[in-house]
Amino acid sequence: MKSLRSPLGRVVGLGSAGDGVHHWWMQRLTSIALVPLTIWFVVSILSLKTLDHVTVIAWMAQSWTAVLLILLVLVATWHSQLGVRVVVEDYVHSAGTKTLTLVIVTFAHTLLAAAGVFAILKVAFGGAA
Amino acid sequence: MRARPLSPHLSVYRFKYTLTTSILNRLTGMVLSAGLLVLVYWLMALSGGARGYEQARALLGLAPFKLVYAALLIAFCYHLVAGIRHLVWDTGRGLEKRQSQRSAWLITVVSLVLMALLGYWWLAAGGRAP
Repeated sequence: MKSLRSPLGRVVGLGSAGDGVHHWWMQRLTSIALVPLTIWFVVSILSLKTLDHVTVIAWMAQSWTAVLLILLVLVATWHSQLGVRVVVEDYVHSAGTKTLTLVIVTFAHTLLAAAGVFAILKVAFGGAA
Repeated sequence: MRARPLSPHLSVYRFKYTLTTSILNRLTGMVLSAGLLVLVYWLMALSGGARGYEQARALLGLAPFKLVYAALLIAFCYHLVAGIRHLVWDTGRGLEKRQSQRSAWLITVVSLVLMALLGYWWLAAGGRAP
């Protein structure tokens, strides 16, 4: 059967939404990264003797802790944004509300990522002692 | 907007328990997304110095928040295990009806075990909040 897709469209492979498999692929990449990152985070938090300021700051000021925490915040907010986006796209049916919700979702996740990374860096560089 | 085919057509499916594993993955994902608010609030409080952090701890230590942490722990265990099932599916394996029914039970059991283990660890640590 003759395909209804244009040869150019097939080569470019971006589909009707113009985004191709980018969303799908990023969701997979972030989920693979989150398996070790989240396990590390949960185990680390549960391993700390207490969660008072001195203890947590001392833990977070270690270079590798800070680096992994930054990755966790960035990848988790990214993955979350991708997931919430799909849920909104699936269940919010009116076009205007959908677009507005997606804008809010994107802004909120960006804010969370920026705030999280800033906080970790501040602690790691000794600004919260 | 032009009317286009929309998915998901939830109402046209006959209920099967494998459907529950799918919707639970979305639900727990949403719970974990909300959990990011708590995580970032905690990080910001930490970065604000000892006094501000103690105030945040007083808030995060309130009884209702224990329920939040329990919900996050349950959601994390399920979403982790169910997510790995999805990654296996992405390799093209385990997509047959029988296999997906079996893996539905498998992820239920494995995530319940994980919940029990982490829950026990959490309670042994005093069921603590920040």
